[in-house]
Amino acid sequence: MVRLENVTKTYRGKATTVAALRGVTLAVGSGEFVSVQGPSGCGKTTLLLVAGGLLRPDGGRVTLDGRDPYALPPEQRARMRADRIGFVFQRFHLMPYLTVRDNVLAASLARPSDGARARAEELLEHVGLAPRLDHVPSELSTGERQRVALARAMLNEPRVLLADEPTGNLDPDSGHTVLQYLADFAADGGAVLLVTHDVRAAEYAGRTVQMAEGTLVDA
Amino acid sequence: MSIWRLIAREITYRRLNFALAAVAVLVAVASVVGVLTLLQAHQVRTERIEAAEAEKADEIGFELKDDARRITKDLGYNLLILPKDQNLAEFYTSGGASKTMPIKHAETLADSRIVIVRHLLPSLHRRLEWEQIGEPIIVIGTRGEVPRSHLDPKKPMLEAVPAGTIVLGCVLAEKAGVAIDATVRLLGREFKVTKIHERRGNEDDVTAWINLSEAQDLFDQPGRINAILALSCLCADTSLGSLNDQVRGLLPDVQVIKLEKEAAIRRATRASAGKRAKEFLDLGEAGRQSLRAERQALATWVVPLVVVGCIVWVGLMALGNVRARRMEIGILRAMGVRRGQVVGMFLGRAVLVGLLGAVVGYAAGFVLAIAWDAREAGEGLGASGPAGAAALFGPVLLAGALLFAPLLSAAASLVPALLAAQEDPALILSQE
Repeated sequence: MVRLENVTKTYRGKATTVAALRGVTLAVGSGEFVSVQGPSGCGKTTLLLVAGGLLRPDGGRVTLDGRDPYALPPEQRARMRADRIGFVFQRFHLMPYLTVRDNVLAASLARPSDGARARAEELLEHVGLAPRLDHVPSELSTGERQRVALARAMLNEPRVLLADEPTGNLDPDSGHTVLQYLADFAADGGAVLLVTHDVRAAEYAGRTVQMAEGTLVDA
Repeated sequence: MSIWRLIAREITYRRLNFALAAVAVLVAVASVVGVLTLLQAHQVRTERIEAAEAEKADEIGFELKDDARRITKDLGYNLLILPKDQNLAEFYTSGGASKTMPIKHAETLADSRIVIVRHLLPSLHRRLEWEQIGEPIIVIGTRGEVPRSHLDPKKPMLEAVPAGTIVLGCVLAEKAGVAIDATVRLLGREFKVTKIHERRGNEDDVTAWINLSEAQDLFDQPGRINAILALSCLCADTSLGSLNDQVRGLLPDVQVIKLEKEAAIRRATRASAGKRAKEFLDLGEAGRQSLRAERQALATWVVPLVVVGCIVWVGLMALGNVRARRMEIGILRAMGVRRGQVVGMFLGRAVLVGLLGAVVGYAAGFVLAIAWDAREAGEGLGASGPAGAAALFGPVLLAGALLFAPLLSAAASLVPALLAAQEDPALILSQE
């Protein structure tokens, strides 16, 4: 479903050059939950952004369902992300002025559909936030906010979930809950690529890969 | 979920930024509307003042002209109509006409439609020796002015002398030793003295006026006269040629003599009255032009500067909004929201800023302009009432404000909106 073949990415600053990805090859198939673990600065987030069609690699090839997103014009690449990928981030990135329901529905801006509202409420019920539909993010706990972000990522029925440290700001219980949702998504046939420090992720992931200095140690 | 819902929620959340941007549009719209309304108010007021002043000037001009007319009328008649065959050399040397013409001529002129000649006074003159003092005198038979039946009746310049009465010049009265109510004899007929003129210093002092019919009897000239005195109108061409043409068109056997000195004074005095009235109007107009020029200068320089300043301010507010929402832009772009939608998010917000600013700015500018204008005119606010405000209300200006304020606000926010659309979501999200 998601395939990276010998992908390289280097950040070039005025004084320094950082090779974030050095020939990374990784495939995450349907129903698979892959966890990438490694220290800060090893290239995990870069790997996720490249896999998600947000950051063009310097070399190698990325395919999503067999198509190279970077071969598409920007608007079609955006469309591909809206159709196939859901993102979850450590800091949730919820819009502070929207209610829980509207935050989830914000994903429908990219792919409008008539049933979006009903699906948003269904997803929020699934993550245990049915009583919180009309609350704003500042009224939620961090765990609840991450569950809202998870529901938002799943609104457009993506085939792939890309999660960057989704449990980084959460207490252990909330972290387990989020990891369980990711595992459930994979169990339902989706593909999950998780990059994290959290060693507990290994309990939920079908495969755990270590990353160090831009390379996958154990793929 | 629509972009407009998102915009509306964001506006309620970041009220201060929205309000500051809307205030900038408000100031721009209010200054434009204010100045234009002020100019319009000035125009309306000017027209009203001009109408009032024109009316007043007309009154003053009329009064001046009427005064001039009355004063110059007192100078006496300025036209003399004589029989065509009257020898003018004889007329001037003997002090009177020897030829006669029918009294009907005066009536024909009076009944005609020509307006160039007014106050027609037919008379029959005769120089003779008055037996009562044994000296030559002038006797004038007069019937008073011939009324012009088709015109507004005017007060006659000379009253008729009733039959059996006589009016004497002062020298004659002194020489005859008579006073008012005395009886004198003239050509064998008795007349009662009804009036003695003050000294005039001319031949009037040795003139006696009697009723025209009696004069015609005494001189054996029934139905005849030998002169018609008249006053030429100043409302038309009063050249001698024109006078002769018009009068002789009706009466071929007469000649018209223009008593130029009296006519010139009359003409000059009335022209001067007209000139004074025009100067009065011009003076008021000059003051108003000066005020209008000041307001136009305000519109030409100050208002564009204010508008440009406000546009820059709106742009800075939009830029601030973009910077505050970088993460939001990043996640939306990551979720697949297109660049055009991001631009639309910011431009839609700018349009709402413009609309709010236009509505409130129009109202503020309009009210301030009316208040300012009323203050300058020394009136209280609302002195001219709802009708006055309605006269200044410009639906085109309101429509223009509602159209251009959102457009300018969107234009001012375009660069920040494009910058937002160009944000790299990967860069934003990797900075978290």
